[in-house]
Amino acid sequence: MATSGGNGGKSVYGTGPGGQPLATHTLAVLVDNEPGVLARVTGLFSGRGYNIDSLAVAETDAGQHLSRITLVCTGTPAVIEQIKAQLERLVPVRRVADLTMEGPFVERELALVKIAATGEHRIEALRVADIFRARVVDSTLASFVFEVTGSADKVMAFLDLMRPLGMVEISRTGRAALARGTVCFCEDRTT
Amino acid sequence: MAHTPKTGAQVVVQALIDQGVEVVFGYPGGAVLPIYDELFHRKDKIRHVLVRQEGGALHAAEGYARSSGKVGVALVTSGPGATNAVTGLADAMMDSIPLVCLTGQVPSFLIGTDAFQEADTTGITRACTKHGALARDPGRLAETIHEAFYLAKAGRPGPVVVDIPKDVQFAHAPYMGPKDYTPRRSYRPRTEPDPAAIEQAVAMMAEARRPVLYTGGGIINAGPGASAALCALAGKTGFPVTSTLMGLGAYPASGRAWLGMLGMHGTYEANKAMYGCDLMIAVGARFDDRVTGRVDAFSPGSRKIHIDIDPSSINKNVHVDLPIVADAGSALEALVAAWGGRAAPNLAPWWAEIEAWRAKDCLAYRPSDTIIKPQYALERLREALKGRDDVFITTEVGQHQMWAAQFLPFEQPNRWMTSGGLGTMGYGLPAAIGTQMAHPGALVIDVAGEASILMNIQEMSTAVQYRLPVKIFILNNQWMGMVRQWQELLHGERYSESYTESLPDFVKLAEAYGGVGLRAETPAELDGVITEMLKTDRVTIVDVCVDQKENCFPMIPSGKAHNEMILAADAAMFDKGLV
Repeated sequence: MATSGGNGGKSVYGTGPGGQPLATHTLAVLVDNEPGVLARVTGLFSGRGYNIDSLAVAETDAGQHLSRITLVCTGTPAVIEQIKAQLERLVPVRRVADLTMEGPFVERELALVKIAATGEHRIEALRVADIFRARVVDSTLASFVFEVTGSADKVMAFLDLMRPLGMVEISRTGRAALARGTVCFCEDRTT
Repeated sequence: MAHTPKTGAQVVVQALIDQGVEVVFGYPGGAVLPIYDELFHRKDKIRHVLVRQEGGALHAAEGYARSSGKVGVALVTSGPGATNAVTGLADAMMDSIPLVCLTGQVPSFLIGTDAFQEADTTGITRACTKHGALARDPGRLAETIHEAFYLAKAGRPGPVVVDIPKDVQFAHAPYMGPKDYTPRRSYRPRTEPDPAAIEQAVAMMAEARRPVLYTGGGIINAGPGASAALCALAGKTGFPVTSTLMGLGAYPASGRAWLGMLGMHGTYEANKAMYGCDLMIAVGARFDDRVTGRVDAFSPGSRKIHIDIDPSSINKNVHVDLPIVADAGSALEALVAAWGGRAAPNLAPWWAEIEAWRAKDCLAYRPSDTIIKPQYALERLREALKGRDDVFITTEVGQHQMWAAQFLPFEQPNRWMTSGGLGTMGYGLPAAIGTQMAHPGALVIDVAGEASILMNIQEMSTAVQYRLPVKIFILNNQWMGMVRQWQELLHGERYSESYTESLPDFVKLAEAYGGVGLRAETPAELDGVITEMLKTDRVTIVDVCVDQKENCFPMIPSGKAHNEMILAADAAMFDKGLV
């Protein structure tokens, strides 16, 4: 929502800058895998009032002690630019790539979904899972655990369909993302 | 025989010595005792200044760093030692001061057990340091210390914490010298400007008819060469120069192009020039809210060039047309070279406008024969310092700080130590101690307020112990002056908790600490007291009893634009009923 700049109303203090359109960006952040690096990244977001929508972290090159953080955030264009610059400024951050800006990319998240059901619900759950190409990774006479991967939208749709069928527990990951084609963000930002 | 370090503590001290550290400011405690033990053995190589509270150690290290261009070093113990250091770290972070703060930590095997004097130091300091490391591996301790020095200095400087568990200090640890340290791949900031951007900047400068150089602390951080390049550029182009609080001294106050400081309490001519310019060249400055005022009305008609070593400063607060990511010195030298032998553009109409603004005499105040005006006190101090080039000024935070920035002339870089970004009351005295340690023969004056000075008054004892003849020039109005000013002008004259009903007798207090105490109560006494202060070779407090009601003008009220600046004569323009 747009707010008027300057001195609205009776306050003698400024009311801050006006609103701009928000956009969601997926960032790949390559970092030295060392203690505290994730805290520095997430602390930057909380400390400067930015939002993280999704976060996924794992070491991707043990030999180089390199981890890749995939981060989805929402903000105005100026805020997104600041987020990238502030991330780049952190000492253990090697490179920040804005996948949303760099071109087409694929992103996936994974969810584990537990269904506790018998009878018709049980069969319907299997049918839905088949449509979504979800796999059964655990099964008892009274339950299933499904594994589903896909875009955030697909996972949401799967969960919506599963909810009335006895969904009792879910565990979701953050998003992982890669650029399409031969484009690669693994190399060091410095030469 | 060369000294071969064998334990972690020995490695730490050897690394400091090899980094060229001459002075460490600190306070011992259980978790740093092995390092203190080693300092005892290496007294001939490295001096330790024992402060009275860890906060003082950090500000002293800041003053040392800011006045010398070297990295300041502080050494504190775990838990409360580290938490007391936090304000100084945040201060150094905001003002880009290179510091290395070594903190003791409880032994590795006790970390996480809520052990005695345990605090999560790297966690607590993460948001207010450039970097921090918990040195758990004795094998990498030397590298971690050398890296801390590299990171403190490289790119945009800042504070770095190395937290060292006590068992690591005792452990067998290998040593490596600074030459064997290779900067990590993730942090190799760009310092040289893009030549194409420099060409473009020069083209913009050649077209400008109403240009202004807006300079900041980045020029001081870039070293004396950057200040020289700024003077050369201003000389060749004839462009007017203004500066932030942190940049004072980069361009001499006696220089032809000098407009004075800009911002909330900057000069009328500087702020009007910023508002009315057609080209703004920001160098090592970060468009802080105290500089810009209302952002959407900030310098509306100008194209803007921004030179900064930190890419995150670009377009952070104000959109710029031409960013140049580089060290301020390298960029200014490149601009001077690219400008070459061009003639200075005709800026006569622009300078005529500036002179008309200057004629407002915005720093004028109503003089008095009976009561000391704070501005008058600083004018007399300025007069007494005339012709000396060994003067270093520190300040606390508040009205006195702004008046010092307005009324004292800064002719050289590294002579002005003040807490700009964080605005830390209590900074000035310890910073003066650090400055005096770096410049033993120099005249170091802390321009203070009576409220600020009490925040770290215990460091008087440190100054006495090390025979540091720091002069503390208190503009004593018995009020938290800036708070009182805002309450008067913006909060309906409701003076909530800004008056200090009980204050120490500063003359007796100085004497109690073993220093000299002086007082001036009337304008007639002022010169005598200043002369006396300059004569003593001991730490001295001068209690200058000033007008309690004086306000600091000019002033851009918070949230207003540069052209809405209020001069002393217009103070009635404030709508006092507003909240």
